[in-house]
Amino acid sequence: MDPLQIAKMIEEKFAGHVQGTATFAEQVSVLLIKDKIKEICLFLRDEPSLKMDHLADLTAVDFSRYPGDTGLRFEVVYNLISTVHRHRIRLKVRVPEEDPRIDSVSSIWQTANWHERETYDLMGIKFDGHPDLRRILLPEDWEGHPLRKEYPLKGY
Amino acid sequence: MVKLMSSTETAQKEIVQKEITLNMGPQHPATHGVLRLVLDLQGETVVGCDPRPGYLHRGIEKWMESRTYHQIIPMTDRLEYITCMNNNLGYVVAVEKLAGITVPERAQFIRTLLAELTRLSGHLVWLGTHALDIGAMTVCMYTLRERELILDLTEMVTGARQTVSYVRIGGLRNDVPRDFINKCREFTEIFPKRLEEYDTMIRENRIWLQRTVGIGVFSAEDAVNYGLTGGTLRGSGVNYDLRKVEPYAAYDKVEFEVPLGKNGDVYDRYIVRINEMRQSNRIIKQCLDMMQPGPITTNDARYAIPEKTQVMQNMASLAHQFVLMSKWVPMPKGEVYVATEAPKGELGFYIVSDGSGRPYRIKIRAPSYVHISALPKMVTGHMVADVISCIGTIDIVLGECDR
Repeated sequence: MDPLQIAKMIEEKFAGHVQGTATFAEQVSVLLIKDKIKEICLFLRDEPSLKMDHLADLTAVDFSRYPGDTGLRFEVVYNLISTVHRHRIRLKVRVPEEDPRIDSVSSIWQTANWHERETYDLMGIKFDGHPDLRRILLPEDWEGHPLRKEYPLKGY
Repeated sequence: MVKLMSSTETAQKEIVQKEITLNMGPQHPATHGVLRLVLDLQGETVVGCDPRPGYLHRGIEKWMESRTYHQIIPMTDRLEYITCMNNNLGYVVAVEKLAGITVPERAQFIRTLLAELTRLSGHLVWLGTHALDIGAMTVCMYTLRERELILDLTEMVTGARQTVSYVRIGGLRNDVPRDFINKCREFTEIFPKRLEEYDTMIRENRIWLQRTVGIGVFSAEDAVNYGLTGGTLRGSGVNYDLRKVEPYAAYDKVEFEVPLGKNGDVYDRYIVRINEMRQSNRIIKQCLDMMQPGPITTNDARYAIPEKTQVMQNMASLAHQFVLMSKWVPMPKGEVYVATEAPKGELGFYIVSDGSGRPYRIKIRAPSYVHISALPKMVTGHMVADVISCIGTIDIVLGECDR
């Protein structure tokens, strides 16, 4: 299925929660508001014509130093694939700096468990409903979130 | 004074079994790097496993934000440090997609050829260390012997045995030398017979079968849900190979099969990877036959690194070379996620560009990271010795897990 069609399906079913669709280098991203992320992901995984059964990557980007960016500070990015239909889509959700929380999708795709732990560890985004949200790559007593733009490259 | 119990008293005492927590620490000969596993054991059976990665975390993603797209290439070597060519290729394919650069055909064939040679090299190390951990030490000696031949070939082309940094954005560093084609062909003639040697050593060996059949089973649905990719996924019967699904380099021009397993246990993954080695050999032969003379760098003037002779004689080339090497040229603003089929699985690069010559954010989707996350499910219910088989079968390299 063409990724733009997938984006349209999401927009039709969840009108009001989709902020837009962007295309770059033949890849389609759907920008969402964070409140219905779990329902959207369940729909994407279970709907037979979409069957997005594989979460390739879950990560976050800190837009505080991006030239010309006016939205909320953090963006959580979900890269989804369907191994059955062989199509891809990307979901992007912005979360604010003062309260960087979003619902966890680890009950939908088990692989999200570790991706969300790494995003929490390095970027500081909290995932509500995650079974075991603790630091993974850095020691447990580390302070700070290194991938944020204000964290110096060589540390403190 | 301690009262010693008589033997009848000891026999009448009830034996209490407690769960113990065992630390399979970062220094361990069988964890393929610095992997720490905290195992909860009930006797010899594993009831819980908590992998603790991070001992090789170098902050690569943050470091990459301060380097140009060109300077990042040698760092990608250090991710999955056994099959470095595939990491280079994965990264460069992502950058080329971001900027819309087309690569000439000869370069695509050479990239495919070297990527498959490196895949063979990676699978040989996997087979050697996996068998060594389980106890079949001879296999390790044999596979490393073949790997020396591959490393010699790689050194002939790129100058380095392992951390090659050979691929460039838009093409390659240099063309292959004249005697490489014949030497490579000789290798593809020798290799199938050698592969038979190690395969017959363990494929029907009673001890191997007992240690691998029925261990670490993952059903197809679970495997996809847990994010497994590569040989680990195909052992469960899921036909998903990025070289077929989203071909890159010259994979759409060569013919090869994708071997699949049935039961999703350690033995099936072994069979899958052995057959993948046979298919890689087939791809290499086809690349050698189909390669035509031609340029190896893109003709897109913005991104093509000028040839050294031109740089020494031509003012414009000198200036362009200077800009490229010092701060790279502005790239289009946007983001891409491109995944390639590394020997371990799906190696993905999510690159966010802010329009300058340095990436704003790079996320490396490492297959080893995801496979280690599936380890607890794989080992629960098995014995401690099976943990070693399972670590071997998921084929991890900690450099890419921790980044």
